Amino acid sequence: MNRRSELRRYHAHVWDEPIVMQMGQKGERGMMLAEVEDAIKRTVGEAASYIPQNMQRKGQPRLPEMSQPHVLRHYLRLSQETLGMAFNIDIGMGTCTMKYSPQVNEELVRLPGFADLHPYQDEETVQGILEIIYHFARFMSEISGMKEFTFQPGGGAHGIYTNACMIREYHKTNGELDRNEIISTLFSHPADAACPATAGFKIITLYPDPETGLPNIEALKAAVSKHTAGFMVTNPEDTGIFNPSINEFVDIIHEAGGLCSYDQANSNALFGIARAKEAGFDMCHFNIHKAFSSPHGCMGPACGAVGVAEALSEYLPVPIVTYDGSRYHLDYNRPNSIGKVRAFLGNIETVVRAYAWIMSMGSEGLRQVSETAIINTNYLIRKISDVPGVSMAYPKQRIRLDQVRFSLEKLKEDTGVDTDDVARRIVDFGVQEYFTSHHPWVVPEPFLPEPCDTYSKEDIDYWVNIIRRISEEAYKNPEIIRTAPHNQPISKIKVEALNDPSKWALTWRAYLRKHKREN
Amino acid sequence: MTRESKRKLGLIVNPISGMGGSVGLKGTDGEKILKKAIELGAKPTSPSRAIEALNEVLPIKNHIELITYPRDMGEAEAQACGFEPKVIGTLEEGETSPEDTRDAARAMLRSEVDLILFVGGDGTARDIQEVIGDKLPVLGVPAGVKIHSGVFAINPRSAGLLAVAYLQDKLSTQESEVMDIDEEAFRHNRVSAKLYGYLRVPYENQMIQGTKTGSAASEKGDIQSIAWEIIDDMEDDYLYVIGPGTTTKAIMRQLGLKYALLGVDAIRQKRLVASDVNEKQLLALVEKNKTKIIVTVIGGQGHIFGRGNQQISSRVIEKVGKDNIVIIATENKIATLRGRPLLVDTDSPEVNKLLKGYSRIVTGYGKYIMYRVA
Repeated sequence: MNRRSELRRYHAHVWDEPIVMQMGQKGERGMMLAEVEDAIKRTVGEAASYIPQNMQRKGQPRLPEMSQPHVLRHYLRLSQETLGMAFNIDIGMGTCTMKYSPQVNEELVRLPGFADLHPYQDEETVQGILEIIYHFARFMSEISGMKEFTFQPGGGAHGIYTNACMIREYHKTNGELDRNEIISTLFSHPADAACPATAGFKIITLYPDPETGLPNIEALKAAVSKHTAGFMVTNPEDTGIFNPSINEFVDIIHEAGGLCSYDQANSNALFGIARAKEAGFDMCHFNIHKAFSSPHGCMGPACGAVGVAEALSEYLPVPIVTYDGSRYHLDYNRPNSIGKVRAFLGNIETVVRAYAWIMSMGSEGLRQVSETAIINTNYLIRKISDVPGVSMAYPKQRIRLDQVRFSLEKLKEDTGVDTDDVARRIVDFGVQEYFTSHHPWVVPEPFLPEPCDTYSKEDIDYWVNIIRRISEEAYKNPEIIRTAPHNQPISKIKVEALNDPSKWALTWRAYLRKHKREN
Repeated sequence: MTRESKRKLGLIVNPISGMGGSVGLKGTDGEKILKKAIELGAKPTSPSRAIEALNEVLPIKNHIELITYPRDMGEAEAQACGFEPKVIGTLEEGETSPEDTRDAARAMLRSEVDLILFVGGDGTARDIQEVIGDKLPVLGVPAGVKIHSGVFAINPRSAGLLAVAYLQDKLSTQESEVMDIDEEAFRHNRVSAKLYGYLRVPYENQMIQGTKTGSAASEKGDIQSIAWEIIDDMEDDYLYVIGPGTTTKAIMRQLGLKYALLGVDAIRQKRLVASDVNEKQLLALVEKNKTKIIVTVIGGQGHIFGRGNQQISSRVIEKVGKDNIVIIATENKIATLRGRPLLVDTDSPEVNKLLKGYSRIVTGYGKYIMYRVA
């Protein structure tokens, strides 16, 4: 075994920190503010007088009273108890594309020319950022073949929702109000069903063929009707399997009068290889915070870039950044627009990082990203193939692109250890819990690694060796897995309460009310 | 598990199950199973299968009280495994009968066991269902030749593991079908199963993450939302034929109508037209009305027609037409088929063929899947 992939000892920080609300004591202060000077007092009056009577609080807020060092110590300890992407080999988070984001781009978004901008500034005074947005849209057009882009949506699902709204608007404009069904596939991201459902559509899901893992074209033919509004699909799907006849699916939908929306959150394996336009799609979305190397930032700030073919650009959210040959403008004059989907222009810091990343990679570099991601995935598949109890779902599909779905069904049959157990054990080796898969688990006891382009061979070897070690443990000493984690700040918890809304407390006040019977 | 209140596991073995004595069994099958059982050192199959399941319960032996029936109805198997069971009831000499199974079930009820683990086939499940109904959770160790009911674990080992998990409060229960060969149909050279009722069965939802296991609530929610979808889509000039099953009858419950859980009801304009109809009555109704048939997947093998709903015969289906058949099922139920197609087994090959292909299944409110019918 390569010495560099030998498993190292690991133990997380364990601080057993109380909740901040339980800390400090009465009268303890982090900062003592000086009295307001008389001259100021005389001029502006009492601060409280500026707050309308009915908005003034009756009692003191129940906040913890703490000194600065205690506050600092508390939050630093908590930060030590996390396992962020930059700490670990984050291969286990399939569909999330946890790639390394170059630190230099963090410097760029902190430059005052960007960081000090205010969203209410006149467009004349923000020509620089408008130029970046405009050119980034041209990059995205080149990558996807779509004509125009918006970066307003604050995340992937929000991008999909934006597309669903545009599909709705398109049929409404054409007077076809009874087109109320969206077709998706089971291994597409669940947002491809949930978002159009939120936009008021009925959802028809195509189930995967048990042999190929792909949706069946006959099922699609049976699904389309005069009610078909559109098709919202991920490709490669969340199995890492690319649907090679996707253009035929698109044709069937078009013949039925629907629009086709391409969920490209899994685009990391497609740069310079395949585009939405050539497959016939009308619209698409990318997760700028995934494949384009902007950090995920713990559920935000993210950016779902939405692109549409020329015929649909009138429906895009406003404003769109345009260029007249000398100046950049915010174009609000688009009567068929679905309106705004988010304040201002969206999370533009995400765009700045991605712009810098694309500029540094170039078109050749982007293609290399995808080729490396595909090689990494297939290297991992070969490497893991002899680990007892692990099997790849749909083994007849030998090549996977950005990610790969495995099953631990055999491990469970042999040892009783299931994928939840392994997901809890894996953190004992200093890597993040892995993603099993979206529900329902059509592949039993699943897990879904995605060794994207920024992981080295040693990283992949190391990660596979963790899975190998856990497999050995399962056959020799399954108890150590069932009772895991052992090296983390929090041990195995009882999960029953997670299903019981009466026990949930999302705020301290809710905790006191539900668990301490205080009001 | 606390020391003062040991959980009670009831064990009922049907020692003659799977020996080929009952109707509907393929003779050679029975012979082979019998032979295999002899090789394993047990005469019939069920004792060895009981032992296989009990072996998985051994690790919590000291935390539970095993209560069982005399001799080879549980006592012998439990002792062979190293348990010291509490034996209740009495047995006559000679071969055991279905009445013995029912007696044993009654005794378990009196002993207030937490779970009945029974070893047998569909016939045994039926006997236990008759006595227990929904009063106690029950889990089947498959030992019969024909297993149509949904109350059985996949194999004896997983039955044992499920029982342990249930006794450790890790699982909740769900209602599962008890089915058995319809002897009348069998006499007409058809193998078709009848739905006899439901038992509460410990349930491990393999389709979702462990943290969500035990969310029988979400399964109930899905059934509820399917009912709303059907009701909101109802048209006044149609007759709706509601097939058997808990999924379909949620529609009746939602409408506040009386229904036959195991039978076929007909409604129109959200009012009851006829309850628990037979084929003849159904034919008469569909002659006179534009009709939609609402059925669900019955049994573990994925049947939508020909199991437990024979009243909706090929003649009825032909009359109503393929386009007016509405299939409803929770996604969970579909996922348990592991990609296997839905099945149709009516007495007419033409009708079986007619229903082939991809069909739309209602899985929730405004939610459908396309799924293959073979």
